Amino acid sequence: MRQHQQTRLDIRGVACRFKKPLLLLVPLILLILLQTLAPAVAQDMSEAEYRPFPKIGSRNAAWIAAQLHLLFGSFILGVPMFAVIIEFIGWKTKDARYDRMAQEFIKLCMGAFSTTALLGGVLVFILIWCYPKVMSKLSGIFGPTMIFYVVLFFGETFTLYLYSYGWDKMQGRHKGWHLFLGVLLNVFGTAIMFVSNSWLTYQTSPGTQYGKLSDTTRQSWLESKLAQNPGMTQTEAMEGITDATVIPLHNETTGEFLATVWEAVNNFTWMPVNIHRLIGNIAFGGSIVAAYAAFRFLVAKTKEDRAHYDWMGYTGNFIALCGLIPLPFAGYWLGREIYMFNNTMGINMMGSLFSWLFIIQAVMIGVLFIGANYYLWSGMGRIDGAQIYARYRPYMIAIIVICVAIWMTPRTLSKISTSSELSAMGGANHPHLGLFGLMTAKNTAVNIIILTTFLSFLFYRRSGKSPTASWKKVGNIAISSIFFFSAVSIVVIGIVGFTVPTDLRVNVLTPYQVLIALVVMVAVTIIDIFMYRKATMSGTIKWGEMTDRSQYVLILLAITFTSLMGLMGYARSGLREAWHIFGVMQDTSPDAFTPLLSEAVNIVAIIMVIFFALVGFIFWLGLWGEKKKQQAVPTEMEEAD
Amino acid sequence: MKRLSLFTTCLIIFVGCWVFLRFIVGSVISVPIPGSVVAMYMGLILIAILVHISVEDSRFREFLRPLRETLVDDNRRVRRRVVAVLVPLVLLAYTYSIFAQRANPPGNPRDAHPSPPLELTYKDEVIGKMQEVENPFRHYEKDEPEAFKAHVENGRRVYYQNCFYCHGDDLDGQGHFASPLQPLPANFQDPGIIPNFQESFLFWRISKGGPGLPAAGTPWDSAMPIWENMLTKDEIWDVILFLSDYTGYQPRTFGEGH
Repeated sequence: MRQHQQTRLDIRGVACRFKKPLLLLVPLILLILLQTLAPAVAQDMSEAEYRPFPKIGSRNAAWIAAQLHLLFGSFILGVPMFAVIIEFIGWKTKDARYDRMAQEFIKLCMGAFSTTALLGGVLVFILIWCYPKVMSKLSGIFGPTMIFYVVLFFGETFTLYLYSYGWDKMQGRHKGWHLFLGVLLNVFGTAIMFVSNSWLTYQTSPGTQYGKLSDTTRQSWLESKLAQNPGMTQTEAMEGITDATVIPLHNETTGEFLATVWEAVNNFTWMPVNIHRLIGNIAFGGSIVAAYAAFRFLVAKTKEDRAHYDWMGYTGNFIALCGLIPLPFAGYWLGREIYMFNNTMGINMMGSLFSWLFIIQAVMIGVLFIGANYYLWSGMGRIDGAQIYARYRPYMIAIIVICVAIWMTPRTLSKISTSSELSAMGGANHPHLGLFGLMTAKNTAVNIIILTTFLSFLFYRRSGKSPTASWKKVGNIAISSIFFFSAVSIVVIGIVGFTVPTDLRVNVLTPYQVLIALVVMVAVTIIDIFMYRKATMSGTIKWGEMTDRSQYVLILLAITFTSLMGLMGYARSGLREAWHIFGVMQDTSPDAFTPLLSEAVNIVAIIMVIFFALVGFIFWLGLWGEKKKQQAVPTEMEEAD
Repeated sequence: MKRLSLFTTCLIIFVGCWVFLRFIVGSVISVPIPGSVVAMYMGLILIAILVHISVEDSRFREFLRPLRETLVDDNRRVRRRVVAVLVPLVLLAYTYSIFAQRANPPGNPRDAHPSPPLELTYKDEVIGKMQEVENPFRHYEKDEPEAFKAHVENGRRVYYQNCFYCHGDDLDGQGHFASPLQPLPANFQDPGIIPNFQESFLFWRISKGGPGLPAAGTPWDSAMPIWENMLTKDEIWDVILFLSDYTGYQPRTFGEGH
């Protein structure tokens, strides 16, 4: 009887295991369909440029599906990156807690993986149905990369399954191979993201620099230019063209694609988006994991569970912080590249149609930094001996809040002022606060926030420890001096930034500010590691003794990250305005207008609600399975008795 | 001397910050700050206070102590009654202050900067792509300083014959005709104006004026005339040279990409 039951259970287990790969096949089938149907769809172009999506419209449908797919995708790409590092730490330190935590991360990932694939399938379906002509054009250019994507997708799927299901079996001497699988999983995941990024960045910036083009493409471009301008000589056509000149990859009259697939992939904004998303995935993955841990902490019944999830929440937040700190630098680079690709697009982004989104972004990043610091400071409450750092806290809060205030001060106040206030100011810009609206002030503020957050982390790291190094006094003076002089340098460079040409500020001064912040973090970390190498423990970390408030902050951080990704994703995509492919393929659908900020915010809010409902459901399933497992163990034991 | 409670200290800081922003910065140091911006800053200050008091349980309890005492302690009956009267009175005064305001039309909801077209034109002639067009006389600055000087002088002449009535003799947007205009003429002495734009953008704004502004981001309500109907192409380029020469700000240029 028991054997029969066991067989039934096994069959059920096998069926469950097959369910996920089956779901993963959905986008695969759709991609193959896309490849097969592309010529037919192309023939059908004149008949159906667009097909309406019922009730909510095509754009909203594609928007919601794409953003949800991206959020889940970001999670499942970000989590394995730090899971494998944590697993490695566990392996090297022989601390099983790390291994357990890394495995728990991957379990969360497994739940989200099939949902990501399913949403990807839904997105492809919506795009093929609603935008056949656009998809035909894109698949005509990127066909080979789509096949490569499918191959990578297979690779990622099977590696993830091997990595996850092989976790318990590949302990001990096989651990090295297991870690290799983890690395391979990340390689596949990153490659997948890079491939899909090429499609969407191409839509925004279908051009690349002359110096990067092959001779054949250069020739095709020249011929098309001469054909468009009868009477123009070759010398005239090449006038003013340098290696840095952005060259469109299409014939500007007919829209015919002139370049190679690689040139389309390596378009102007591809690499900045890749880097921005790569770092963003780590921050987002960390924040979602931290929110999950916070939830588990709040509902935990035992001391052990509270301690475990407190530790997990701390680790998640630490990872999110590690991603968050370099993220503004990567974002700045992306913004710079958008300006360089097309100045009009840059002005639309930062000074015109989308500029208020960047004020909302500043508010949200302010919330992230304040929240992350709050969590660190709360965490110091559970470490004996951390109280000595509490006296610096009010100053650090003041610095962060002043910097956030500078960052979120709009340049032009006309939209949020009455006419009498505008008259009193003498225009749309406040004569003094208006200076905070310029990028040199904002960059200065960001760098100071980052340094202050790093200082918080340094205090956290030092809490409960007493250095024994003979040079500790000198070391502390050196660290204090580094912080002081770097902060002064960053502020001075920021002030100088008001007086120099923009080119110099963007390409020299701002990178110097970033460099100073990075050098400070590296130098101080090295000094601190050596100073505290043989430190004596003056207090222990009482895991599990965090305030509930700090856990709600972790949940708030995850929500803020999600909404930030939604809103800035809208900015990145909306920058194209009424173009499917900027300057090449115009959007002539009824949705060819830039939605109001309020409408965009509403859509992003809906996406967030759906995302958290789905994430909550997946996490709940995990919890449910865990409970069932725990209940099953005693039952089986009873049966065995 | 009795030490102030944490609650009172926080209250004093909060009110002090408001007084500082509203009256010290808004009247003594600078011009008034719009109410919405003050509200934004006060929100941040409130968050800072909440962070400070709630990081540690002990501090949070200390902060709440006077509130708890006021609400439940038998010895604090007088204070409780005072608060019970004061809170509605403050709310009443606040509500009254909102309703008693004179009718005040909202500010102009225009964007910070209009979105430029992809192509730069002069009348119907296409000059080139907005991104690529450069001031044809800019290279004289290095190559032929005398010729450059002549173009700047011509730009000065054009400016004082046509532009200074609104943009002012110091290029600060304070011309004789400026005050009734809404929006006010651009202040070229502001570090956020000339350095943020390529010369092609400035050419576009001058040549097309208010009526040539894009449909997106309306209403613009700019009083700027269509200068291409009155000035030659070279005169517009010259006046741009003059603007940057006089203010010392260089228009935006781009280095190499990634």
